[in-house]
Amino acid sequence: MRAYWELAKSSFRRHSTYRTAAVAGAFTNSVFGLIRASLLLSAITTAGGAIGGYSATEAATYVWLGQALLAPLGLFGTAELAGRVKSGDIAVDLSRSVNLTASYWAQDLGRAAFDVLPRGLPPLVVGAAVTGLAMPGTPGPYLLGFVSILAAVSLNFMGFFAINLLSFWVLEIRGFWMLYMVVMNLLSGFLVPVTWFPGWLLDFARATPFPSMLQTPVDILAGRTDGAESLAMVGLQLLWLAVLLVAVQVMVRFGSRRLVVQGG
Amino acid sequence: MPIIEVENLSRGFQVMEPAGRFRRRKKTVHAVRGIDFTIEPGEAVGYIGANGAGKSTTIKMLTGVLVPSSGRVTVCGFNPVPQRKALARKIGVVFGQRSQLWWDLPLQDSYPILAAMHRMPEALWRPRFRELSDQMDLGGFLTTPVRQLSLGQRMRGEVAAALLHRPELVILDEPTIGLDMISKEKLRQFLDAERRANGTTLLLTTHDMSDIQRLCQRVLVVDDGAIAYDGPLTGLAEVAGAVRTMVVDLAAPVHSPDLLALPDGAVHQGIEADGIRHSVSFDPRRLSAATVLAAISSRAEVADLSLHEPDIEHLVRQLYGSARS
Repeated sequence: MRAYWELAKSSFRRHSTYRTAAVAGAFTNSVFGLIRASLLLSAITTAGGAIGGYSATEAATYVWLGQALLAPLGLFGTAELAGRVKSGDIAVDLSRSVNLTASYWAQDLGRAAFDVLPRGLPPLVVGAAVTGLAMPGTPGPYLLGFVSILAAVSLNFMGFFAINLLSFWVLEIRGFWMLYMVVMNLLSGFLVPVTWFPGWLLDFARATPFPSMLQTPVDILAGRTDGAESLAMVGLQLLWLAVLLVAVQVMVRFGSRRLVVQGG
Repeated sequence: MPIIEVENLSRGFQVMEPAGRFRRRKKTVHAVRGIDFTIEPGEAVGYIGANGAGKSTTIKMLTGVLVPSSGRVTVCGFNPVPQRKALARKIGVVFGQRSQLWWDLPLQDSYPILAAMHRMPEALWRPRFRELSDQMDLGGFLTTPVRQLSLGQRMRGEVAAALLHRPELVILDEPTIGLDMISKEKLRQFLDAERRANGTTLLLTTHDMSDIQRLCQRVLVVDDGAIAYDGPLTGLAEVAGAVRTMVVDLAAPVHSPDLLALPDGAVHQGIEADGIRHSVSFDPRRLSAATVLAAISSRAEVADLSLHEPDIEHLVRQLYGSARS
């Protein structure tokens, strides 16, 4: 366990060395938040005050929470592992006495811990100043929200890690990566809340782990679900996490047998 | 019990080659074909061969990152692929072309992580790290991020990282590649001292003959995926009939090799720069460099000279050529 704790800490420090990147990222998230919020708000005004149970302030809150969680949740992922397979540096990872998945997972949690404040806070501050936020006044949603964020970080990590692991079989994963990004962006509720989907698409989204990756923590934090509902949603997140973890471990097991480490 | 046992080990790779305009055909390339060797604890073995001979493929199979196509490997009593994590605690690996340090962190930050991976308590790894840091002279750049280290500094850091957990076996894949003479020598001195002090087994691949001469009593030569020679280094030069080459620059041009009165066994190889530069090869077991030089000096004034040792690639080529014929 100590190795994974050290890895998480080291990853936090690694990311904290790139402060300019964090500031630039927070700026971009805030600007895109303004664009997304104004689009949604004009749609809601045209629709006559509310869409799918979201008032103007609630819709803005959904946008700003999404923009704030974008970086900490790792919604854009990283192709680090695939890059190391390409360069052959995977040989170094595999000759360490740690579990491959767990070591990358620990490092992603360290990254997320760093990203929370510098990447998460600015969009919320901008949102509170420009559109206002509708946040709950009781501690419950924040406590469960924290657990839900942890689960969502892990789920996003597992999803992208599985795509990265495809590089054990194929030389180029860009096609899979693009497909995954498009599907995940839509079904996770990043573009619009999943409850705005037509019925058939909503049913389909709910049969996948994607809503658990963003929609769930946003809904819990915004207080859109009551305590029991929130607990059930976190339970579902953990269930998906277990499923993805098993799938990823199976991929590592069979993939590393197939893997040809490149280079001399 | 041997620390490394390799029996009839083979590895093939599937490659696609064009067959016609659009079709491709699968072809198997045999990187390692049926090699056998054993290494006893405490030995220092040089594993040498030309580029593409199968050295790195063997190393990858020994460390468990590549599955053999057939044959058996045992390292420190483990079967490397299925028991890779357990094996990693017993061995230290240095890949000359890769880094096991954390690229964007200060050098000193890598060691607590490695110690944790090897489950070494603070009381055990701190003193060991201090010892390594003193011997390898890391003190001056411990707080520098790894990405800003020079190659020589980084390699010292890499070797310290591989030795932190006092491994029984250290595998070094081209550890001196790209290093200058002084850094190479420092690294060799350190590895030699480490082996003497702790009885560590060394297995290294290199293209540098001096690495082998300084560190190894035994060499394994691999050529085209098969072991071409296994024995002491001195034997290798004998088997291959290695020759040294002396290049002399004369003060005044001499246009005919006959005028230099070379002793028997010395062969004139060529004239350059209008009779100023001559190269002469000779068998070191029959003639000394001094004899050759004296003979030339008796006929012409020598302004400058250099001696070239046989390089490994050359030895291997000769060796394998003679084994086949």
